[in-house]
Amino acid sequence: MFQVRIHGRGGQGVVSGAELLAVAAFYEGRFAQAFPSFGSERMGAPVMAFCRIDDREIRLREPVMNPDALIIQDPTLLQSVDLFSGLGRDGYIIINSARGFDDLGLGEFARGFRATRLATLPATEIAIKHVRRPVPNVPLLAGFAAISGEIRLDSLVAAIRAKFPAAVAEPNVAAAAEAYALAAKAKEALHA
Amino acid sequence: MERTTVKFYQTGTFTVGNRLLAPHERSVQADRARTNSLNSGHRACQGCGEALGARYAIDTAMRATNNQLIAVNATGCLEVFSTPYPETSWQIPWIHSLFGNAAAVASGVAAAMHVQGRTDVRVVAQGGDGGTTDIGFGCLSGMFERNDDVLYICYDNEAYMNTGIQRSSATPGAARTATTPAVGGEPGNPFGTGKNVPRIAMAHGIPYVATASVADLHDLEAKIARAMEFRGARYVHIHVPCPLGWGSAPADTIKIARLAVESGLYPLFEALNGRVTEATKIRRPVPVTEYLRLQKRFAHLFGAKPDEARLALIQAIADRNILEFGLVDAPNPAPGPAPDQAPNREGAPA
Amino acid sequence: MLKQIEGSVAVAEGIALCRPQVICAYPITPQTHIVEGLGELVKAGELPGCAFINVESEFAALSVAIGSSAAGARTYTATSSQGLLFMAEAVYNASGLGLPIVMTIGNRAIGAPINIWNDHSDSMSMRDAGWIQLFAETNQEALDLHIQAFRLAEELSCPVMVCMDGFILTHAVERVDMPTQAQVDAYLPPFEPRQVLDPAEPVTIGAMVGPEAFTEVRYLAHHKQLKALTLIPQLAAQFEAQFGRKSGGLIRPYRTEGAETIVVALGSVNGTVQEVVDEMRADGVAIGSVGIGSFRPFPLTALREALQHAKRVVVLEKCLAVGLGGIVSDGVRKSLSGIQLKGYTVIAGLGGRAITRTSLRQLFVDAGNDELEQVTFLDLNAEVVANELEREAEARRTGPTAESILKRIGAVSSRIG
Repeated sequence: MFQVRIHGRGGQGVVSGAELLAVAAFYEGRFAQAFPSFGSERMGAPVMAFCRIDDREIRLREPVMNPDALIIQDPTLLQSVDLFSGLGRDGYIIINSARGFDDLGLGEFARGFRATRLATLPATEIAIKHVRRPVPNVPLLAGFAAISGEIRLDSLVAAIRAKFPAAVAEPNVAAAAEAYALAAKAKEALHA
Repeated sequence: MERTTVKFYQTGTFTVGNRLLAPHERSVQADRARTNSLNSGHRACQGCGEALGARYAIDTAMRATNNQLIAVNATGCLEVFSTPYPETSWQIPWIHSLFGNAAAVASGVAAAMHVQGRTDVRVVAQGGDGGTTDIGFGCLSGMFERNDDVLYICYDNEAYMNTGIQRSSATPGAARTATTPAVGGEPGNPFGTGKNVPRIAMAHGIPYVATASVADLHDLEAKIARAMEFRGARYVHIHVPCPLGWGSAPADTIKIARLAVESGLYPLFEALNGRVTEATKIRRPVPVTEYLRLQKRFAHLFGAKPDEARLALIQAIADRNILEFGLVDAPNPAPGPAPDQAPNREGAPA
Repeated sequence: MLKQIEGSVAVAEGIALCRPQVICAYPITPQTHIVEGLGELVKAGELPGCAFINVESEFAALSVAIGSSAAGARTYTATSSQGLLFMAEAVYNASGLGLPIVMTIGNRAIGAPINIWNDHSDSMSMRDAGWIQLFAETNQEALDLHIQAFRLAEELSCPVMVCMDGFILTHAVERVDMPTQAQVDAYLPPFEPRQVLDPAEPVTIGAMVGPEAFTEVRYLAHHKQLKALTLIPQLAAQFEAQFGRKSGGLIRPYRTEGAETIVVALGSVNGTVQEVVDEMRADGVAIGSVGIGSFRPFPLTALREALQHAKRVVVLEKCLAVGLGGIVSDGVRKSLSGIQLKGYTVIAGLGGRAITRTSLRQLFVDAGNDELEQVTFLDLNAEVVANELEREAEARRTGPTAESILKRIGAVSSRIG
């Protein structure tokens, strides 16, 4: 079972993100479970969503305590929430930021992980460019797909197209493609 | 020999079985083929205004709908006396659910008829003042607001009678009830309280609202029949004296109801889509004391030292109704304080 | 057809397939998505012959349902928590009148203190009202149970509550297999009422019943639920035959063969319990679990059969009988009447507190060593409790308890579980 935990703030599409991830996995014939941690949500409040992916039926109902991947949609949460709780050394971390781990003050922290499994992406900027809204979920998911291979880009694209009407879906697809390419390139650069 | 034509005058129009009237003008109750929806054998008190009103109202509704009627009843006197275990006096499909939900249950029945394509079947909800103006108020408003196809009939005897005569929001000022005893500095129900549900019904803008009384049974029938011509939410509020609760003689029920109308305390009117369109004129207004005097629940206002202040307040309410509804053509006695919506919202005397 | 959708949406689509005729809706978290989904279907014309009524309160919702069901329409509504309490009078009325209404409960805690998260206190508050109460373990089961519920309700003339954990199931997006209309039609025939308001054949419904007959009427209601003990497994078996999967039934035993410790629970937590059972079985621990699918009628005989050979039973409940301890435990204990084994009550997950694998594992280990109290509050913060008790002992005007505790535990948003 692969467990993803997404952190963000209300209004950033954290819950939709988990859902898209689950639907993408579904299209690949896998089992998936996505659910939010339910707070009294208001715009801007810290929220979490979870997604589990497996090849058999998922029975577990607890929040994701030991994520295999963390997607952090808002780096300002780094100060207030224990985002990395339960993450193992082989975990993936994708952070929405134009800055790298060092510049985010996570340089030392990052050294405890596998470099090819870490990424930062200017997801909000990519979103604004294509979709004209600062909702970073889709680009981050694409980045996650690129560095983990846990879902394919075309599955994510299919999920986007299933969820949104064409006028909204296509810009999101474009954003996903750009983020995917960016993350894939950065990962390759690390290998080199 | 000269022939002289002798004119016979029928005094009053209140005679139900008046064979001098053209058949179509006669009361439904005068018809041998009436449905007797609320059949005899029920356990209402002698002189019960509600039993009288319900019999007239429902048989009229049955005629108006070609007998395709379903009735929903709130808990209360009517429900209790009409279904004394193990018998029922209802000849029509009838459901009693709870005290406060008659309007909602009726909405459900109407919806079921609609989806089953039975647009010929109509729905009547009925309840006393307690079940309508108090505990059932939320559901009533909801039914009005949705404009559900239900005629709601309130039988107003101005208190919770079935449970032993307790005050409701329809209880008039100064009236004695078990929870507003005639003791102390402000005996009986306080002034400055109360709800005028016909006006509240009008405020919802529903197609048809009317007040009626067992004093004028022809008028009652006419209003029910008229109500059934409309689709959507309709409300008819019927004044029904309760000899037990009011402390009046069972034989005086219709007389007392008539006095309430003739004093101006209980105006008879119709309203379409929130606007009053018709009001029944009073031929000969009577002072409220004539009405109040016959009821023990107001006895504390009379006696060796009558409570002139409170009697004046009640008279002011009647006068204001007369003014507001234009019930009397002749010039009025001096009207009371500024118009307000509630029936006895006059403020306590100093 | 396989779909990856939110639990509420799955339930809404499933109900739509049952050809409901009247749906009444009043919003309350967390069931709102269900009725919204249905409302959309009706408005879009995808549910012909169905009226969707927005009512002004939950009391009105069930009252409208009572009217429409009594008038012969297949009727549905949904609520949770406070809403269920607000319609309490109507809940008893519906079962007393024998009306086959189906209602979803999106299980949520009852306040005060106000809490929007999951536990079973709402359904439990109405456990003796005469409704059949079925609990779903997964969203697939939630969807399937509604189909079975209409059939059950209409055959018995008894209303049915389908209980699904609020948020945990209602708001989870997971895979479901949506049946076809033909499949549902083959399982669920059109509604044929036992009693109906019809001008052609007038009846009086809801008359008073005196001391002479009240007991008999109530006995028959009880008898009806006892009949359900047979009908529920039958309908579940038929469902399996026609739809190709297990759903519903009275209880669901899991690896109970040779189990020395058996855990009993209702609803979605069974999934987590089964995971832990598998882990511990792999370590050689003789442990199993039983999920209760039908809480009312309570499956005394079936439970007895499943539990009687164990050494100990741990009842994991998301509800609390204040002043007594467990609610489900009472029923379990009754089913084991005369049998000597150790029974433990564990109150867990109240107000949406996460029930984690780790905690459960430790709990089951302790149970296995018989190191548990009679009643345990899982993951209780003893320090917070002790502090609060100390405060209350020191002064009179201590202020609202909830506020004081919240101040002590600090910002909630930083916690994961």
